[in-house]
Amino acid sequence: MTPLLQVKNIKKNYGARLGCKDVSFDLYPGEVMGIVGESGSGKSTLLNCLAGHLEPDQGEVLFNTRIEGMRDTLQMSEPERRMLARTDWAFVHQNARDGLRMGISAGGNMGERLMAVGDRHYGQIRTQAIEWLEKVEISEERVDDRPSQFSGGMQQRLQIARNLITGPRLVFMDEPTGGLDVSVQARLLDLIRSLVRELGLSAIIVTHDLAVVRLLADRLMVMKSGHVVESGLTDQVLDDPQDAYTQLLVSSVLQV
Amino acid sequence: MIEIKNVSKTFTLHNQSATSINVMRDANLVVNAGECVALTGNSGSGKSTLMRMIYGNYLTQEGEILINGVDVVQAEPRDIIELRKTTLGYVSQFLRVVPRVSTLNVVAEPLLKIGVDAKVAEERAKELLSRLRIPQNLWQLSPLTFSGGEQQRVNIARGFAHEYPAMLLDEPTASLDAKNRETVLTLIKDAKARGAAIIGIFHDEAARDRVCDQQIDVSIFTPKAAA
Amino acid sequence: MSEYNFAYLDEQTKRMIRRAILKGLAIPGYQVPFASREMPMPYGWGTGGVQVSAACLMPEDVLKVIDQGADDTTNAVSIRKFFEKTAEVETTAATSDATLIQTRHRIPEEDLTEDQILVYQVPIPEPLRFLEPRETETRKMHALEEYGLMYVKLYEDISQHGQIATAYSYPIKVEGRYVMDPSPIPKFDNPKMEMSAIQLFGAGREQRIYAIPPYTNVVSLDFEDYPFEAMKADGCCALCGADHTYLDEVIIDDDGGRMFVCSDTDYCESRRAAGHVGAQGAPQNQEVSAS
Repeated sequence: MTPLLQVKNIKKNYGARLGCKDVSFDLYPGEVMGIVGESGSGKSTLLNCLAGHLEPDQGEVLFNTRIEGMRDTLQMSEPERRMLARTDWAFVHQNARDGLRMGISAGGNMGERLMAVGDRHYGQIRTQAIEWLEKVEISEERVDDRPSQFSGGMQQRLQIARNLITGPRLVFMDEPTGGLDVSVQARLLDLIRSLVRELGLSAIIVTHDLAVVRLLADRLMVMKSGHVVESGLTDQVLDDPQDAYTQLLVSSVLQV
Repeated sequence: MIEIKNVSKTFTLHNQSATSINVMRDANLVVNAGECVALTGNSGSGKSTLMRMIYGNYLTQEGEILINGVDVVQAEPRDIIELRKTTLGYVSQFLRVVPRVSTLNVVAEPLLKIGVDAKVAEERAKELLSRLRIPQNLWQLSPLTFSGGEQQRVNIARGFAHEYPAMLLDEPTASLDAKNRETVLTLIKDAKARGAAIIGIFHDEAARDRVCDQQIDVSIFTPKAAA
Repeated sequence: MSEYNFAYLDEQTKRMIRRAILKGLAIPGYQVPFASREMPMPYGWGTGGVQVSAACLMPEDVLKVIDQGADDTTNAVSIRKFFEKTAEVETTAATSDATLIQTRHRIPEEDLTEDQILVYQVPIPEPLRFLEPRETETRKMHALEEYGLMYVKLYEDISQHGQIATAYSYPIKVEGRYVMDPSPIPKFDNPKMEMSAIQLFGAGREQRIYAIPPYTNVVSLDFEDYPFEAMKADGCCALCGADHTYLDEVIIDDDGGRMFVCSDTDYCESRRAAGHVGAQGAPQNQEVSAS
């Protein structure tokens, strides 16, 4: 089976400071990869390099496109990359406000990606928007409300739905449950899990929360100071950590 | 079938003055289809450790662990994930679930993961839960609030939902009363009958003797402490 | 004898503006940046239109200036006087006599010809501005033809008002490529934009010029199930009886009494001169000024 994403030797510096270095991995359809680390580990830098938000200094990010097979997204022209970001890829920001248009209704937010790829039938756009809102447990009645009138958890669910409406195969998530109340987190994680399974999504999730990663990710990479110190099956890395830092991280988690 | 060849395990605790503990050396074991092998030995002798190594939950430093020909020690993470979905089942001592998911869905999940129709999966889950005497009014609730025994029965139901060719059972009859213990032993016997290779840990000697064809004391794999 | 250079601007500036105009004509609907000059009127009062007109005017031109369709409102009068003084060109209120027409927020009712230039005053040239405040983003969207957001605006209209409620500055797609803001003309005027004259658009404060060459394809954006409708108030002009022109509503007394009259004053007068009389029409030569 061909990998969906092949990452090779990604390196990113901020001037003299190291962002991340020597990161390589393959991701297959339906796999969820977690990237954990503390502040300054380079995990967000890595995610942004993969998703095309930052330009790495070295490396390749090969994606198995629908039409042209494996292509290095870093070599793509900007229009191609933007089209990819709008259709086959999705990016869920930590703060829902960064991934939504707050001044437009929920329905408008949902429909934007559809309209961006040429949908021109109001009725059909609205129907799809409502269907997706229901999938993320937002009531149909709220379709004309602005996200500014939603709770944090709802905003995040709206952001997820807005990203998934065009059927992307790869989802990048940056601390998707960060800043949310614990009960809201649980609901959101549940939703993400079901969607990943139902839609056969591949995902790369960056988080500092080991519980989230245990729940959502099949595989795990642990980062420290810009390097990947350990990687493998999520449960193996968390239950039988080999690296000193990973052991420290795992033992530091408070038991409830 | 399950084959364990010359397997060794060492734990290195970096944050505790880099202590290295070699807990297992040259472990060998074969379990054929339709067989059940019990791991015995004192607490701390490595029974659960070996089981976790077979499941890929712990890393194995040396040797081979072959499940129907796939070597868990060398396999890529996604191959192990695939193995766990279709071939290798594991019923741990404790129930670990995602919050908010109903008991019914917890039990049905292994089937849903391999693409079984939702209705069929649900029927199978109901069948197992009934057999293990979990009251119907609990099926829509999350098992996190259940008693120890109830949780264990949900755990077992989930473990037996899909007919795995290889199974690892860690204390499957612990916390169960006589009737439920019988049910579980029957489930194990049925699994053997359809050709599953099973490794189990049973504190209950009677239960062990009922279903197991062989017993291996894992302390024979523990390196002797320096005199 | 005027102490100003012809039409106020120096020749180098005019050439700069003409280069921008040529670029605009070569790429219909594309906003060309230009170095907008300080004009003797504040921003927001038509400096863009005035600069474009100044660059286009020749001594033999005949100039007409309208504001909301009328030749006799303050702004129209000021701008006309400005060019009378600095260019000493002949001016007129008759659309058919003019060679260059500067307009604020309306297209004349009478069909324009190949010998005419229509110059629009534009406040905000960027049609996406209110949805996407970043200039860097909107430039990319135009460059990459990413216009989904424009349709989002129309979607929002329909979801809130049951129809596309945008009444003016209704977005258009020019020659199948660029989405453009036609300036705050009523959407009623949009169909007129496929015409024989050259259309030039100047935004002085925002420093952009764009253009639509004659006979260019102009399509107002819409949805398949909510097609574009050029709407106007029901009724006819009270003075000349026309039922096909854009009407202004005029409050005539303190009781809220109102009448509807043609917004295009020259057109209305021509009709009355030709004998058309509306419900409240008076014999010709008696004018009612539109406010």
